[in-house]
Amino acid sequence: MAVELDVFVGNTTIMDEEVYQLWLDGYTVNDAVKVRMEGGVMEECEASADVLLSDTMDQYRTFQMCERLLHSPSKLANQLLFQIPPNRQAMLIERYYAFDDAFVREVLGKKLSKGTKKDLDDIGAKTGVTLKSCRRQFDNFKRVFKVVEELKGPLVENIPPIMRLLLISGIMLPLFFFANHRFETGKRKLQYLTFQDFAFCAGQLISNWTVGAVDNMVEDMDVDLDKEFLQELKELKVLITDKDLLDQHKSLVCTALRGKTKAFNEMEANFKNLSRGLVNIAAKLTNTKDVRDFFIDLVEKFIEPCRSDRWTAADMRLYLTHYNNSAHILDTFKHQAVWDRYMVVIKSCIFKMYHD
Amino acid sequence: MPGKLKVKIVAGRHLPVMDRASDLTDAFVEVKFGNTTFKTDVFPKSLNPQWNSEWFKFEVDDEDLQDEPLQVTVLDHDTYSANDAIGKVYIDIDPLLCSEAASVISGWFPIYDTIHGIRGEINVLVKVELFNDLNRFRQSSCGVKFFCTTSIPRCYRAAMVHGFVEELVVNEDPEYQWIDRIRSPRASNEARQRLISLMSGELQRKIGLKVLEMGGNAVVGYLQCFDLEGESGLVVRAIGTACTLDKLSSGSAPNTNTHMHPNTAPASNACNSPSKDGKEPVFGEDLTSSSGPPTPFRALPTTSSSPPPFSPSKPCSRQSSSSDTDLSLTPKTGMGSGGSVGKEAGPLKTLLRQQTQTALEQREFPFFTLTSFPPGFLLHVGGVVSARSVKLLDRIHNPALGNTRSYKLLDWNSVTADEPETRDAWWEEIRQEIKSHAKALGCHGVVGYSESTSICEEVCILSASGTAAILNPRYMREGCLDIGITDHRFEEPSPPSCGFCHIPYDELNMPFPAQLTYCYHCRRQKVPDVLFTTINLPQEAAVTGKGCLIQARLCRLKKKAQGEVNATAISNLLPFMEYELHTQLMNKLKLRSMNALFGLHIQISVGENMLLGLASATGVYLTALPAPGGIQIAGKTPGDLSNEHHILTIQKRINDTIAKNKELYQINPPKLFALDPEVFCGINMELTEEVVGSPIPEPRQRSRLFRSHSESSDELSELDLSHGKKDAFVLEIDDTDAVEDIHSLLTDAPTPTGFYSCNTEIMPGIYSWTSGVQMFTSVRVFRLSNANLTNQGLNKIFTDLCENLLKSFYFKLRSMIPCCLCQLNFAVAVPEEELIQVAVTAVAMTFDKDQAQEKPADKSTTKGGSETEEQLQFPMELCADASSANTQPSSKISGTVSLLTPAAKLCQNQLVMVLSPGVPESTNVSSRAASVDYGSFADRCSTWLELLRLKAHTIRRGSVKTSRRTQSLAHSVSSLEHCSPLPEGRSRSLRSNRSFRGSPVTVVKMTPLSFLPGTRIIKYLGIINMFFIRETTSLREEGGVSGFLHTFIAEVFAMVRAHVAALGGNAVVSYSMKECMLMENPNKNQAQCLINVSGDAVICVRETDQEPNPSMANIGQTCASGTDGAT
Repeated sequence: MAVELDVFVGNTTIMDEEVYQLWLDGYTVNDAVKVRMEGGVMEECEASADVLLSDTMDQYRTFQMCERLLHSPSKLANQLLFQIPPNRQAMLIERYYAFDDAFVREVLGKKLSKGTKKDLDDIGAKTGVTLKSCRRQFDNFKRVFKVVEELKGPLVENIPPIMRLLLISGIMLPLFFFANHRFETGKRKLQYLTFQDFAFCAGQLISNWTVGAVDNMVEDMDVDLDKEFLQELKELKVLITDKDLLDQHKSLVCTALRGKTKAFNEMEANFKNLSRGLVNIAAKLTNTKDVRDFFIDLVEKFIEPCRSDRWTAADMRLYLTHYNNSAHILDTFKHQAVWDRYMVVIKSCIFKMYHD
Repeated sequence: MPGKLKVKIVAGRHLPVMDRASDLTDAFVEVKFGNTTFKTDVFPKSLNPQWNSEWFKFEVDDEDLQDEPLQVTVLDHDTYSANDAIGKVYIDIDPLLCSEAASVISGWFPIYDTIHGIRGEINVLVKVELFNDLNRFRQSSCGVKFFCTTSIPRCYRAAMVHGFVEELVVNEDPEYQWIDRIRSPRASNEARQRLISLMSGELQRKIGLKVLEMGGNAVVGYLQCFDLEGESGLVVRAIGTACTLDKLSSGSAPNTNTHMHPNTAPASNACNSPSKDGKEPVFGEDLTSSSGPPTPFRALPTTSSSPPPFSPSKPCSRQSSSSDTDLSLTPKTGMGSGGSVGKEAGPLKTLLRQQTQTALEQREFPFFTLTSFPPGFLLHVGGVVSARSVKLLDRIHNPALGNTRSYKLLDWNSVTADEPETRDAWWEEIRQEIKSHAKALGCHGVVGYSESTSICEEVCILSASGTAAILNPRYMREGCLDIGITDHRFEEPSPPSCGFCHIPYDELNMPFPAQLTYCYHCRRQKVPDVLFTTINLPQEAAVTGKGCLIQARLCRLKKKAQGEVNATAISNLLPFMEYELHTQLMNKLKLRSMNALFGLHIQISVGENMLLGLASATGVYLTALPAPGGIQIAGKTPGDLSNEHHILTIQKRINDTIAKNKELYQINPPKLFALDPEVFCGINMELTEEVVGSPIPEPRQRSRLFRSHSESSDELSELDLSHGKKDAFVLEIDDTDAVEDIHSLLTDAPTPTGFYSCNTEIMPGIYSWTSGVQMFTSVRVFRLSNANLTNQGLNKIFTDLCENLLKSFYFKLRSMIPCCLCQLNFAVAVPEEELIQVAVTAVAMTFDKDQAQEKPADKSTTKGGSETEEQLQFPMELCADASSANTQPSSKISGTVSLLTPAAKLCQNQLVMVLSPGVPESTNVSSRAASVDYGSFADRCSTWLELLRLKAHTIRRGSVKTSRRTQSLAHSVSSLEHCSPLPEGRSRSLRSNRSFRGSPVTVVKMTPLSFLPGTRIIKYLGIINMFFIRETTSLREEGGVSGFLHTFIAEVFAMVRAHVAALGGNAVVSYSMKECMLMENPNKNQAQCLINVSGDAVICVRETDQEPNPSMANIGQTCASGTDGAT
């Protein structure tokens, strides 16, 4: 004795957001029912476990049928099979293309190829994201990248909705940026950084160091770094190569900092090292390879020494502010504009990356 | 006489990949009508081909136009092997043949394949040029309108109701032909689909001819069914009610109505809805008003080209005030002048009967498939009449087949059998029976009439049921709207709120024992204690509290048998089943403290080893009928103390349940006024003059159910279902069965708070619907694994199955609370030996909780005009925006936006502006705004597009400024309404652009009701009647039977919506799923399902809008009347 078939089809497709999320998160039907029961839906609506199971099955079926359409979001809007109100469609797409930070962090900077797919199990185990969810997110990446690669073809027509997705998720841009410049993010030393940290840094780089940034074309978001600017960065070397300038800089900073922090002694002792580190990073950025190592360099050359000296975040803030400002007072230092454009990013990146 | 059919294939989209190598498709299209086929060019290597073909022209007979569907086949070209079919679209062009319906079919249709389901979409344009045919001997009936709606359609008035039309056509089922063994399942399915399409076309044409013969122009309540009789063939039959309908000139624009000039308006309002109370007799009010102020009514019939429909009061009032025949009793009663009226009813009634009988008796079958009626149409209701007959199926011999054109498709159309009995004769027999039952109830007509079959192997149960009634003959005679001298005689002196409850039969010569009392509402005439009907609750009926769904469910085991023996066994079981179902209904009705059932539908399904019975109805408490007595439990063996105790507890539970239900359904009938006149005064002001004493109600239980069974013979066995002369309703517990019965009685779970349910059009007691509508179909199949089940065990399983289904509806729809499930239509079947299938189609509608209690006090002020109000039998929107609705002139713009808004919000990129020259200024404004909106969106998109393009070309090159480009793009978009919303900027003709890719998919609402709350139907576009077969040989891969059926139902919905949208409509009303036949074979990984759906495609606008939405009616013919009204 059993229910052999059980379907419910509404003219307007009924979709429960909660169940959708459970489905996206890769719960099995039975697990989803358990979660829902704990959520208290049953008491709310005088339902029994059977009813809940039947409803969950139905919804899962609906989502599975929809999944094909979600793979190319442009289809969802003009398909005829499901009548879904536009706001629901947006919700479906938005959630479907949402990413778990933990997952993105693992994928960040990795080559998006089949090799990684085999590692999905590992990522799942490491991050606690179910394999099904990992697969979906991974496939979403590949899907979007594929679209980008084939942009020239007829698929152009399919672009706008996906672009809309990107806008929504706010995740794709950093990902593109990272993938494009092949930033190194997987090293052990960088493991402590979350995706949010990287996403923030990417945002800083994009809005300050790219071509669009200089032209004040806010809507024109280009993710190529401004080559001229990178070239100009070489000029900053004078700050460390010119001994006078270096000493002058140091004394200005030290004067400003004296008595304001407990870590003053360490700061004074390390000033030259730290300054050299930062300026060298700037000078090397013309090399693509060194761009890749930007984050690891920041950590190795600056963050780690500071951390070993037990600077607090406030110390860091104080130090960098004065370090930046003092350079303006140096009479012989002519590259104020470049310096500022460089430091603005460096400062905010380090602030973000420096975890107490 | 020929017509010219023109077809253009525009484009395809989302096609499946047919060439694995290139991941693309080389698609072309074959367009076939009759024997003529055209082909488009191959559009190579695309999943979104643009054929933009020439116009393919077919010159054909209009007879063919009616019968044949247009067949569009999409194929993949293959140079080396045979072309692969992608799928087909069948387009019924019937709606184009009627001038008042759609004029063009244009839109995206899902490409359907019976094996793979929907595979992409195709944009097709269809037009018909029809030449008038004045040939008297023509075989076609173009122009006759068909409606599934079982009431007079909203934007028409019935000039005349001609009566019953029926027809059936038979053929051999392609699935059972020898050729089926050698052809593919796909070919077989397609042959079947095509044949059924042809047959229903033919059926419709033939019925149309009958209607024309009768002088009508429309069929209302058109009910078409398929009997798949297997080996013995395939029957397509239909019944309906022929009418002459007049289109209301412009119900939507009140100020165009000539007769609505200021001084008549108030008066007509007064007569349509009495100002004090809806319960007040309409005729009385009417008369007082006409005798009081200088009568404006006289002018009415002459000034108005289209006098208000269904308003018997107006002509009548004029009549009664001008003529003074001695037969005219109306003035007296109308004036409400005292108690003598009740006595006079007797002679009047006989007179009435004579008159109406002559009017109706000329008809062979005075049947009406309508379930809701214009006020005044229904005079008295007798009760339910039903007839069933068990038949053995054999080869069909239909003499009619000989002279019809043979189908080209089926040249193996060899009818060998010479069995004299035809399906026609079977139905004839049953209808005769129904007619005689109705007569026995003193009624001359049957309303709410329907027919159905249940087939298992070679046994077939034919069922027919309806409600015996006395009708106002005014609607059935020629020239009924001109005021005939005899008209007023038939005006019953009974108020409409209770008149239909008054017994139609002779008190002294009752057809069955029944307990009569004086009507609790008017006190003038006798009413029965319980009333069962198959119709909807009349709008004007006085009801106490709310209604609820009442179901009786029953399973009966039966031995497996063959042929005659089987048929005999079944027909022996039937009376017992009916009796038990009836008892259950009665008990449940009492338990809810109600006294009437509406929309009663009893379905008996036959399976190999069991019979299933399901009776559904909506229970209500009619104010006019006496309060139902309680239920008493009695033990057979007094003296047994434990038993006694047991009985007491049960009795208590029952009493508690009754009390609880009374509260739940808010049943607080007014107190008996004889006992407390003051209470009565307070409640019913206008009846205070009543002097008739109140008889003490003696609650007796009588059945109004009247039926019989015959087993392919004329033998007639009538059952007396009344329960003797017991004073109270007593259930005797003498065995375990009875205990079980009582338990099952009490196990019906109450509906959760916030939910109501009924199987009629609207829920009695709820009048304030809001616009939330969710139509759904749900199917469950239960497998009985235990072979030796008892009747009780089966009953329990079946009951649980139905109850659980309801529970899951409540759960699924919880977000709509407060809401009511309306038109809950259960269909049960026994597809295989151990399977029970229940399919439900219903609609959930939200309502306003606060206003749910009261009937709208003064309807005429809340609506645009009384004209529409009479049309709309159900008050829909309440006073909230009464003033705005009234003050709003039939304005020039409701704007492109109003109906697009839901879609437009998120899909700005898809908003397509259709601007026609001459559209008023403000429309332009709105569209301009929208374009700007879109522009900015395009802006954003293309920026991102650029971004990615740069990305793709990777690095190393100076970045390009994209801003200028996007700006110009945005500019071009906003300036060019016709241009495609895509950045690609493909400009197309306005025509194809309307529904081209990127354009929003029209939202099509579906409802099994005849209306959509909060909206007004402004145009009927034609009937939708579709039949689909789906088959799979990879059941597991498609998610098992559930996955398979889920997809299929969703596909059917999609195809219905697409057809409606292509006709220019935005809703389907009176939608129903007639058939859902699922056959599975999980072992072979196969399943097949047949679904038949029907409904009326309509354009509706929000009730507050004064005019049809231009973008809605963009099909070229903007509803002319609407625009006229504006100027």
